[in-house]
Amino acid sequence: MSSDTSGDGAARLVLFLGLSLVTLILAVAAATAIGDYNIALRTVFLSVTNELGLTGAEIAPIEQSVIWNLRLSRALVAALAGAGLAICGAILQALLRNALAEPFVLGVSAGASTGAVCVIVLGIGAGSLSLSLGAFAGAFAAFALVALLSNGATSGPNHTILAGVAASQLFNALTSYIVTTSGNAQQARDVMFWLLGSFGGVRWPDFQLLLGVVLVSLAICILMARSLDAFTFGDEDAAALGVPVVRIRLVLFGVTALLTATIVSMVGAIGFVGLVVPHAARYVVGPMHMRLLPACAMVGAVFMVIADIASRMIATQQTVPIGVVTALVGVPFFAIILYRARPQA
Amino acid sequence: MSIVAENLTWGVKRRMIVQDVSLSVAPGETLGLIGPNGSGKSSLLRLLAGLRRPASGRVEINGQNIAQVSRKALSRQVAFVQQSAATDTNVTVADVVRLGRTPHRSALAGWSEADEAAVTQALGRVEMASRRKQAWQTLSGGERQRVHIARALAQAPQVMFLDEPTNHLDIHHQIEILRMVRELDLTSVIALHDLNLAAMFCDRIVVLEGGAVRACGTPGAVLTPELLRQVFRVTAHVSWSPDSDRPHIRFSGEKAQAPG
Repeated sequence: MSSDTSGDGAARLVLFLGLSLVTLILAVAAATAIGDYNIALRTVFLSVTNELGLTGAEIAPIEQSVIWNLRLSRALVAALAGAGLAICGAILQALLRNALAEPFVLGVSAGASTGAVCVIVLGIGAGSLSLSLGAFAGAFAAFALVALLSNGATSGPNHTILAGVAASQLFNALTSYIVTTSGNAQQARDVMFWLLGSFGGVRWPDFQLLLGVVLVSLAICILMARSLDAFTFGDEDAAALGVPVVRIRLVLFGVTALLTATIVSMVGAIGFVGLVVPHAARYVVGPMHMRLLPACAMVGAVFMVIADIASRMIATQQTVPIGVVTALVGVPFFAIILYRARPQA
Repeated sequence: MSIVAENLTWGVKRRMIVQDVSLSVAPGETLGLIGPNGSGKSSLLRLLAGLRRPASGRVEINGQNIAQVSRKALSRQVAFVQQSAATDTNVTVADVVRLGRTPHRSALAGWSEADEAAVTQALGRVEMASRRKQAWQTLSGGERQRVHIARALAQAPQVMFLDEPTNHLDIHHQIEILRMVRELDLTSVIALHDLNLAAMFCDRIVVLEGGAVRACGTPGAVLTPELLRQVFRVTAHVSWSPDSDRPHIRFSGEKAQAPG
């Protein structure tokens, strides 16, 4: 819990953010150095400063290319995806007043998979760009359905959660139907692998797009952080504190849907991060969102980069889907937090 | 600050819950809302506080129609205390009271000395100053209610609405909370179940029946055996203690005669 005076809490937050930024830089450096072909950390740093025009060290073009074009962009996209999913999780847990809420609770991942399957199996459009576009369109279709079922999010949190469950079931059924009736075994495998998430194939344009979406979303959420705090005792209580409840809900649901859909369409539906990182961050900086949201972004980024490193190291010559790793790496950490945070009865 | 309600009507689908209610509360007055279950006390309270929009009619606080005031501006003047508010979030007492400053802060403004002073004063007023670091989850029902009143006070309101603030509290805390509210320099409207508490602490009482005002006046004028039999369907004796001008109600265990 945050300490009593706001000054101490702010100092603690700055310290925490500083430490996690250093950790993030080290993790990204490690993610860039480690791979099928390991590269010295020194070379990694020199390569980056070369690209930024700060140094002119001699580096083999192949190494320069691997570092800059493959691994660094991948590590940075992983960091942004982790940050984005963690922010979405924190927002939805507050708005829905449910500790189990996570970015996919509004049916976004199920919708994205249906969209992706339409592209992979039914061959609507062609090429990797349209796979992302298909996933994005599907994600938003699911979100629109949830918004419709929950009367534009004006009904209570449980109503919205139920609408999300219904939409998820519907779109998962559609996905299974399309795969089983028209797909072959290889296509089904492709779809499943894509769903579990992968950072393979992401490049700088993905990074730029995601950076923009994450920064804008985070800014909007920070502006509404005070209002989110007011939801602690429910919607009516927030209204009594002067919060325009319906407007805040609609804007924040929209932002989380956009952010989640962008991430899912780029790297697949990576679970666990959005559920667990907010709880971990709350344990360190407390439940108030002005502190929680930046902390979530940093913890989510570090966690995802480390999970990506692990996904490439666990099995040689194979890349384990990132969604599998986030759970495998995350559950032990989360177990420790749950154990230490148990109520002092 | 005065409160004036004119012809308030509100309902869900075709069921009318509040029907043509008009009332006024003078500045500094403590008004009690009483009535049987389902008589529309909570709904009327929410209409008065601007948390629900009436189907027709209007509410004026200090001469201003609240439908024309923004949520945020309204909540700088009007505080609302829910009955037994709850959360799963792991917040401290101070965190909860700080929420009361929400309407006074802009989106990015820092925590000011005025904010801190308001919180400290509010906690002191409900005698919870020494508990500010305690986890809200570990408080008893009475302490939680006091913290919520402190939060309402941190809003620096001129009007306070309380929805059955003494529910689930022991008799000591019931009396403590109502005494505290009456002593505040505020206009307040309190929905209450306990008729004797209403008689003890309210300047005037409004009796609701079926969503409409059945009677309105001082406790002595309103709480008559006749009205209690008709509205609450109980047999009651009203006595007056020699040292106060407030009635005391004693209920009889016998089955009441049918109203009429």
